[in-house]
Amino acid sequence: MTNSTSTRDASISDSSIYGLMAEFDSAQALMDAAHKTHEAGYHEIDAYSPFPIEGLAEAIGFHKNSVALVVLIGALIGGISAYALQYWVAVITYPVNVGGRPFHSWPSFIIVTFELTILFGGLSAAIGMLVLNGLPMPYHPVFNVPEFAQCSENKFFLVVFSSDPKYDPAATRSFLNGLAPRMIAEVPS
Amino acid sequence: MATNTQIPVADRRVPVIAPGHTFSTITEKISAIVLSRPISLGWIFGFLVVFALMNVLMVALGYLFIKGTGIWGINIPIGWGFAIVNFVWWIGIGHAGTLISAILALLRQTWRNSINRFAEAMTLFAVACAGIFPLAHMGRPWLAYWMFPYPNTMRYWPNFRSPLVWDVFAVSTYFTISLVFWFVGLIPDLATLRDKAESKLVQRIYGLLAMGWRGSAKHWHRYETAYLLLAGLATPLVLSVHTVVSFDSAVGIVPGWHTTIFPPYFVAGAIYSGFAMVLCLAIPIRAIYKLEDFITMRHLETSAKVMLATGLIVAYGYGMEAFMGWYSGTQSDSFLLWNRLHGPYRFVYAALLACNIFIPQVLWLKKFRVSTGWLWLISFVVLVGMWLERFIIVVVSLSRDFLTSSWGQYYPTKWDWMTYAGTIGLFLTAMWLFVRILPMISIFELRTLLPESHVQEAAEVKQ
Repeated sequence: MTNSTSTRDASISDSSIYGLMAEFDSAQALMDAAHKTHEAGYHEIDAYSPFPIEGLAEAIGFHKNSVALVVLIGALIGGISAYALQYWVAVITYPVNVGGRPFHSWPSFIIVTFELTILFGGLSAAIGMLVLNGLPMPYHPVFNVPEFAQCSENKFFLVVFSSDPKYDPAATRSFLNGLAPRMIAEVPS
Repeated sequence: MATNTQIPVADRRVPVIAPGHTFSTITEKISAIVLSRPISLGWIFGFLVVFALMNVLMVALGYLFIKGTGIWGINIPIGWGFAIVNFVWWIGIGHAGTLISAILALLRQTWRNSINRFAEAMTLFAVACAGIFPLAHMGRPWLAYWMFPYPNTMRYWPNFRSPLVWDVFAVSTYFTISLVFWFVGLIPDLATLRDKAESKLVQRIYGLLAMGWRGSAKHWHRYETAYLLLAGLATPLVLSVHTVVSFDSAVGIVPGWHTTIFPPYFVAGAIYSGFAMVLCLAIPIRAIYKLEDFITMRHLETSAKVMLATGLIVAYGYGMEAFMGWYSGTQSDSFLLWNRLHGPYRFVYAALLACNIFIPQVLWLKKFRVSTGWLWLISFVVLVGMWLERFIIVVVSLSRDFLTSSWGQYYPTKWDWMTYAGTIGLFLTAMWLFVRILPMISIFELRTLLPESHVQEAAEVKQ
């Protein structure tokens, strides 16, 4: 959705339009509409709902996200750096002989390693999710449609972006009309 | 996160959400408590009371920082008095919040959706209260940052072989992850409040906090992955925190501390007291804010059962301590048992057995599990009992160890009591504000409990 600028420049008439928004009454209606729209060849689309709907992301052609990878990398960095820090402190820079025990007393290092693995993993999960989602983003064109405020309560929305190669103001509108939405609105950008 | 496609209420038990609700009524009912419900005199009066109690903490800490820890009842041999008792108690209470939000999420227990938000808030506030005690106990709290490894001109580093250093990492990680988990869970609901707020200012504040959440399917996809992974990370974390807290004692050689049963027994005790606190808070809150539709008897009864089960694990722990006192054949261990039963703190130990083991057994009877009055009372008794348990563990063990010449007695001073009561004030003040400025029940997760939220995988549409 961020590459919409290129198409926007191409046609001046579309430059003020971010896309076409259709509103639906139920999760099921949105799901069906999303499937049909995606199968009709529209790929620059997004669906909006007040709660997570299983399979909806797949329906609009979004199958995998990289949050898990980010968390794995974060957790590994946390764990490795925690162990490395403890090793460096206890063996190299500040060795303290406690009753003749080995400096590299690894069982004592497990807990801090574990805690920092969790800490870095958890922070990567939250920050990674937000960054990949492009949040924080207080302004977004979809908020220009007044009805969209109900998306966080009980209404369901589908947007076809004007950046979609198949997008045509009239044809797309009539296609969306065929999905029996409650209403269709142009989303000003 | 309830992503299962079954309807979770399709059994004969009391449903987790009362029938007749729609997406709108759920949203309306919960957001109205924050956005439009007028502030009642009762709320203001209660707030003044708990705020005054919180200021008792401020006075107690202020005087402590001027005079030092000598104002407390601690001495040698009992160097760990109320500060550590209260620290362990508060940390333990926090555990139920994480258990509910993380472990029950992984187990797909959808009933958790209506109590996880305020249980997580309870965790945060309890851990904040807990954190005060080790800092205050340090004597020179302004040097608390010495606990963290950072390059300094003294060329000094923490001793990573010490359980007290492990504690620093465990508790600070626990607080951070609890906060992150709680906030991530709040984001979609903050967007709801943003969209429903009437005044521009309120809209701005919630809008800033919601960070522009718009419910996109792609966002939800990543959100659910992140939430699940956070739950997966928080689950071993919560079990580790009280384990590490118990290491503070178990790694020492003091009789009554030096035992391998401590980690599981501490974790069970933590969940025990945590659920007691959840019930102590949930019962009045659901009555005051008329949330019986969302926090149903099913929630209360299930929490009571968790309490009963963890209470029995704790009872097993006591039994095993007594057994080992006899079976080890070690004089110091068998003396510890005798000392608990007949020593100067015998009344505390008797009260502990009554509060933690005998009285909660009435929860076997359904009559007590479904009566909010009884349940509240029993939960309160358990909270007292778990506090007494920590007192027994910390004080009795230290007061009479191996050498009779170094025996001592511990008497808490008024400053000890004021600090303790003050943290209760801090906890309640935070809860008091929380219920009015943030949605105390997760709105979007409740929506997923409604049958309308479940969709067919639309295979028939694909022609």
